[in-house]
Amino acid sequence: MSEDAVVADHDVLLVGGGGAGLRAAIAIAETEPGLDVAVVSKVYPMRSHTVSAEGGAAAVIAEGDTLDEHAYDTVSGSDWLGDQDAIEAFVKEAPRELLQLEHWGCPWSRQPDGRVAVRAFGGMKRMRTWFAADKTGFHMLHTLFQTSLKYSGMTRYDEWFVTRLLVDEGRVHGVVAVELASGRIRAITARAVVLATGGCGKVFPFTTNANINTGDGMALAYRGGAPMKDAEFVQYHPTGLPFTGILITEATRAEGGWLLNKDGYRYLQDYDLGVPTPEPQLRSMELGPRDRLSQAFVHEVAKGRTLDSEWGPIVHLDLRHLGEKLIDTKLPFVRELCLKYERIDPVTELIPVRPVVHYMMGGVHTDIDGATPIAGLYAAGETACVSINGANRLGSNSLPECLVFGARAGRAAASYAASAGPPPAAVAAQASDEVRRLERLLGTPPGDDSVAPIRTEMQTTMEEAAGIYRTGAAMAAGADRLRELQERSTRVGIWDTSQSFNTELVAALELANMLDVAECMLASGLRREESRGAHQRTDFPERDDARFLTHHLVERDPDGSPRVSELPVTITRWQPGERVYGR
Amino acid sequence: MESTIRLSVTRWRPDKSTPPGQQEYEVPLRKEWTVLDGLNHIKDEIDQTLAFRWSCRMGICGSCGMNVNGEPRLTCGAFLSDYAPGPIRVEPLANFPIARDLVVDMSDFMKKLPRMKPWIIRDDDALLDGDGEIDGEYLQTPEELDAYKQFSMCINCMLCYAACPVYGLDPDFVGPAAIALAERYDLDSRDHGARERLDVLIEHEGVWGCTFVGECTRVCPKHVDPAGAIQRYKLKAAQQTVKAFLLPRGMR
Repeated sequence: MSEDAVVADHDVLLVGGGGAGLRAAIAIAETEPGLDVAVVSKVYPMRSHTVSAEGGAAAVIAEGDTLDEHAYDTVSGSDWLGDQDAIEAFVKEAPRELLQLEHWGCPWSRQPDGRVAVRAFGGMKRMRTWFAADKTGFHMLHTLFQTSLKYSGMTRYDEWFVTRLLVDEGRVHGVVAVELASGRIRAITARAVVLATGGCGKVFPFTTNANINTGDGMALAYRGGAPMKDAEFVQYHPTGLPFTGILITEATRAEGGWLLNKDGYRYLQDYDLGVPTPEPQLRSMELGPRDRLSQAFVHEVAKGRTLDSEWGPIVHLDLRHLGEKLIDTKLPFVRELCLKYERIDPVTELIPVRPVVHYMMGGVHTDIDGATPIAGLYAAGETACVSINGANRLGSNSLPECLVFGARAGRAAASYAASAGPPPAAVAAQASDEVRRLERLLGTPPGDDSVAPIRTEMQTTMEEAAGIYRTGAAMAAGADRLRELQERSTRVGIWDTSQSFNTELVAALELANMLDVAECMLASGLRREESRGAHQRTDFPERDDARFLTHHLVERDPDGSPRVSELPVTITRWQPGERVYGR
Repeated sequence: MESTIRLSVTRWRPDKSTPPGQQEYEVPLRKEWTVLDGLNHIKDEIDQTLAFRWSCRMGICGSCGMNVNGEPRLTCGAFLSDYAPGPIRVEPLANFPIARDLVVDMSDFMKKLPRMKPWIIRDDDALLDGDGEIDGEYLQTPEELDAYKQFSMCINCMLCYAACPVYGLDPDFVGPAAIALAERYDLDSRDHGARERLDVLIEHEGVWGCTFVGECTRVCPKHVDPAGAIQRYKLKAAQQTVKAFLLPRGMR
């Protein structure tokens, strides 16, 4: 590799500029100002998907609330698959992180006396969710981004797409990336790398996720030799708009919204989630956890009690009794989205909703400091699996997770980078290989196949194989189908011959990432012959702690096939028990 | 037969000597489809080489701004049916250099933004406890929050720059979104940095370039009212300039 193939060398490189990546970057700049920090992202940081988070961020601050209660809600919400040491650290550090955001200017909604306000959220026994109306993620991301601009020494590679990790003898030494504006392919070397690329909802056809959520960091780590943890756990959010999949926040239900079937009946009462009351009750009915609510929807469909729409069965979310004033103060974005994308006004009309793929509980296996088994490689946010979310994440835990574990991963990466040596010569050869691979891909003459049809088939396959309810047979068939699609994807040529903003090349690389993540989901899911949290199998309907109170790790064999192993769950204070909601 | 609508889309590659031109595509006219859905249909079904930015498709990430029939719009919020029977002219945002097809180069804004110091500036130390940990929040009443909230809603989508005739003529003008963000922090009860920001904006083309056309506020998809922010800044700047003439430095 010639010298000019390396664009720069840094101490710590963050891959991803959303909530977790920017929090990590600022943590490093604050704690180790002497270190050279860079952020590489395929989009400008303020475009990152953190921007779409609506409802809020949980952290204990209200009088009467305790860290133990937040921990217990999270543990039971995770169906006891979350690691309790990580959850204890998380709930302890979350308040400090949200206060830090407050000091950086986040416009948190307030009580009349000026203190931060909190709202209820699903699966939480106390009101502890901080919010900035219903644009919490937007305000958090812009606060982090604008605050990061203070640190003029920070290098940003905006609109650079990372295609490979440089790993030699179990240590990471940087990445290879394409500068989208120019098409230049360059190595960016670094002592430590933090992956914070968000989730992978685009593996599925119907998702709240943005176009950019293609599991890039997960696939980079997986191909670099780090395991994917608990990949079978995919969260369906119960309330997405039917055609677009746009999220209607859980905060609608926290503020008192009801879920109604076609008879106008609050059907959740039939699924062991409590009894309906006019006012919302914590950990009950509409404030149950997302996995249970999405499962209830499937049962309503089976009973013929949902409504038909052009886009499949739906139920109704009723906010009419909340009144215009409350909706405009606390849920203005929901009203805006409904008016624009459904042409209905939730002040006077029912909102049609159906469950929608929202969040990946699984991710790159890390310890409590974000460290992966590859030396120098860290991960945080949705990309990572620490795990605090286990088999089901509670709403409003993911934003503080980005902050707590972003900061932790940043500090750990900084401390590692301070003592790590320069990249070995072998890294240059790897980078040259990657440059040649990409040039070959660009030079492949286009044939009959292209990215879009393969992507569509992958998405359909995953919806059939890894939906709200699953079977071994469907997952096995899906895995076979994914292998065919993997094979087809290697033969896709690129029509676009431009160096500048070759979005067809990016889409091909994103497809490869998604196919790897999808394979991990099914391999892990096939192995788990039980029903826990978001992984519900009709062929194994019970939770089986004797066999499966364990994490799954998926590693990539040299032939590319996924290999699953187990890792014990850390239990500190809460022995596995029944998940009780509404009673 | 399904009805269709014609999109006339700007194509341009920096590595070819041909100037930007329009290419026409026929896309399905469906009631729930936006211009962005139309572009994605082209990309997936007709022409893989078309380049444009998009991500959230719900009007919050700010990526997909383009000129639609000459008007800066978020294409994820511009419905095809509102332009029927068409054709719809889709062009890159005006006033920016084109990078490729519908993609513009917005690096000028990214360079100007940090000059506004869009972060909280305090002239005291943070609230810390004995261990150096943050000890509680800065109090801010709902009324104090309302004072700056509108200016905090900017998604950096660049529509206001595309609409601003002054930015089109004078690229040194800081521009609507950046000034609105400066005002957002000035109005925040937790911030003490107004003077520092004014020093930046008072110089060069800062705020003075604006001739108050108000197009920025009209096209803003988030009702931020950058024109209002610019007017407030002009007033502050004028007062400051008068003080500079009348008072010795220490008393300004």
